Amino acid sequence: MTTETQNKQAIMNAVEAAIKEHGTSREELIPILNDINRKIGYLPQEALEEVSRRLRLAKSQVFAVTTFYRMLSTKPRGRHVIQFCESAPCHVVGGREVWETLQDILKIGEDETTPDGKWSLITTSCLGICGVGPVIVIDDDIYGNVTPEQIPDILARYS
Amino acid sequence: MKTYRSMVLVSSDPESIERGAQQVFERLQEEIKAFGLEDEVSLSMVGDVGRHDAIPIVIVYPEATIYGPVRPEDVHFLVEEHLYKGRVAAGLQAPARELSGRIAWLSARKGTLPAEKRIVLERAGIIDPNSIEDYILHDGYAALGKVLTEMTPAQVIEEITRSGLRGRGGAGFPTGLKWSFVSKAQGDNKYVVCNADESEPGTFKDRVIIEGDPHSILEAMTIAGYAVGAREGYIYVRGEYLLAQNRLLQAIRQAEEMGMLGDHIFGTNFSFHIHIHSGAGAYICGEETALIESIEGKRGEPRSRPPYPTTHGLWGKPTLVNNVETLANIPAIIRNGAAWYRSIGTPSSPGTKVYTILGHVNTTGLIEVPMGITLREVIAIYGKGMKNGSAFKLAQTGGSSGSVIPASLQDTPMDFDAYAKAGVSLGSGALLICNEDTCVVDLAKVLMNFFRRESCGKCNPCRIGTQRSYEILDNISRGNGTLADLDILLELADNMNQLSNCGLGQTAGTPVRDVLKYFRAEVEAHIRLKVCPTGVCPVGKLVSVS
Repeated sequence: MTTETQNKQAIMNAVEAAIKEHGTSREELIPILNDINRKIGYLPQEALEEVSRRLRLAKSQVFAVTTFYRMLSTKPRGRHVIQFCESAPCHVVGGREVWETLQDILKIGEDETTPDGKWSLITTSCLGICGVGPVIVIDDDIYGNVTPEQIPDILARYS
Repeated sequence: MKTYRSMVLVSSDPESIERGAQQVFERLQEEIKAFGLEDEVSLSMVGDVGRHDAIPIVIVYPEATIYGPVRPEDVHFLVEEHLYKGRVAAGLQAPARELSGRIAWLSARKGTLPAEKRIVLERAGIIDPNSIEDYILHDGYAALGKVLTEMTPAQVIEEITRSGLRGRGGAGFPTGLKWSFVSKAQGDNKYVVCNADESEPGTFKDRVIIEGDPHSILEAMTIAGYAVGAREGYIYVRGEYLLAQNRLLQAIRQAEEMGMLGDHIFGTNFSFHIHIHSGAGAYICGEETALIESIEGKRGEPRSRPPYPTTHGLWGKPTLVNNVETLANIPAIIRNGAAWYRSIGTPSSPGTKVYTILGHVNTTGLIEVPMGITLREVIAIYGKGMKNGSAFKLAQTGGSSGSVIPASLQDTPMDFDAYAKAGVSLGSGALLICNEDTCVVDLAKVLMNFFRRESCGKCNPCRIGTQRSYEILDNISRGNGTLADLDILLELADNMNQLSNCGLGQTAGTPVRDVLKYFRAEVEAHIRLKVCPTGVCPVGKLVSVS
């Protein structure tokens, strides 16, 4: 089997699993997209088309919902996704310096992925962990009270 | 009820888990068993204790001794010294000077610090959120039992109305009145929706309530369902709050097994089902009609109002939408009565309010205090003063749509009416405390950047107004602004306020307007002198000539 068909199979399996879990009614569209996005890392075209076919929704509707919500991505992302909180509580306690350091070290800007496919850098609104700002989240790991000096050490934990 | 000699609590907020709280908990289980203390000592994971400098934290009652940060390898010594030999485990205690919200309150039970008044967070941090038994032992489901056996729906609404409870989502609408609207609305199917899409920057009270006491929300929603005549409830939890979602799912399973949720609750004819719906990252979904659209599986774009959700809500049916904190007040009001509730807080805003204290204070965290406390008290008592002795410049309330409050207003009592009179908004209860190093242009720019990104784009005044305002603020911060820009900013703020479809656009201009009202000279310095007095903006620093 080629890699391409393997990928396609993985996508179809993810769609199938999500629909099995949530059913095919319209109100389950967002939970279904959430599940697939978590499993594949983003929502490929094939997944959206399959979801629209199974839920009997126009493709435009599925695409419109997908692009509305921040946690759903139509673009492939790196192996590790860094979310940086850009809201005011993190900003005033040193968030800006952390953001500049992240960009300097990774040599990418907002919503970009490193050429080796390891890192994606995205900004996010408040994550509700403001007591320990500035906050960054890498995959599912939360880092609080982050200083620019700590960033190389934090990044080194990921392979 | 089984009594224990000692109670051991382990913090289990996401950061504590990340730093090994689970391993500490498991080691505690093993060690307590190894010393044969399992019948004498209770052990629970208790969510966020509000103190992040020393996590994972272990608190031992009744002495209220706080240990932290505790590593798994410390556990043997801790159990042997404190629980077996009965003395403080030397060297493991957390530094005492930085007591923050939750622990400040826990310690207050020993009379050492000013007490908060906890109603909605009464049990959070005390009980094991994964145990329905623990909830029941602490008065849980007593209010629901009382409602279903002793009260008619009309009496429930009457009690809530008399309590004077007002919505804690930000607008302060009287809760009893909202319930009566839904109760009177025509329709066979009605819904109760809990708004747990907490995304207001700087606000995490709802997360702590759900993570620490999930059953209180289920109980309150069921009471609301009984009162308004609904049989289905939805909790819309923001997508980022995975722990909160899991706690709720577990709580629903337990409550259904115990017959406190589902069909024939308490063996009566009343049935009520609760579903969890996860968001996927969109601030606007905290707006109630956008939230409803999102539950229906659509883009979270607010509907035109009227008609209001109370008559045309979820799937066009009458729908009661209440915030988490509002709901968390309900069981206590039913148990203790409206008169008791009115004895707390101020006459126009009874009860308590949960605030998150952030920014340049010595202690950040979460507190629940009676309505009417002043900002000065919050900073001095709970924030433990300004960081490094710096001066208080301004506070930003209620997340991004809240107001900017200058130091001159810090003695205004914080309740809905006193704040409305002073022209400021209490919002969601976030208090971002800023010192003199904060630049108001930079702050306004960050806030407007947030609105620009979170605007859903459905209506023009908001979509274009937030973008244009951001561009102007960015220009000013780079020294390229003109005085005429300030007039345009105010005009945009007015236009957005008057013409936007929903609360996001209507309030997006508030921080800019406040900044120009209280700090105009500082903004003009960026334009006239091409200087940022605090040295934050790219235009260049103010050089003192000596």
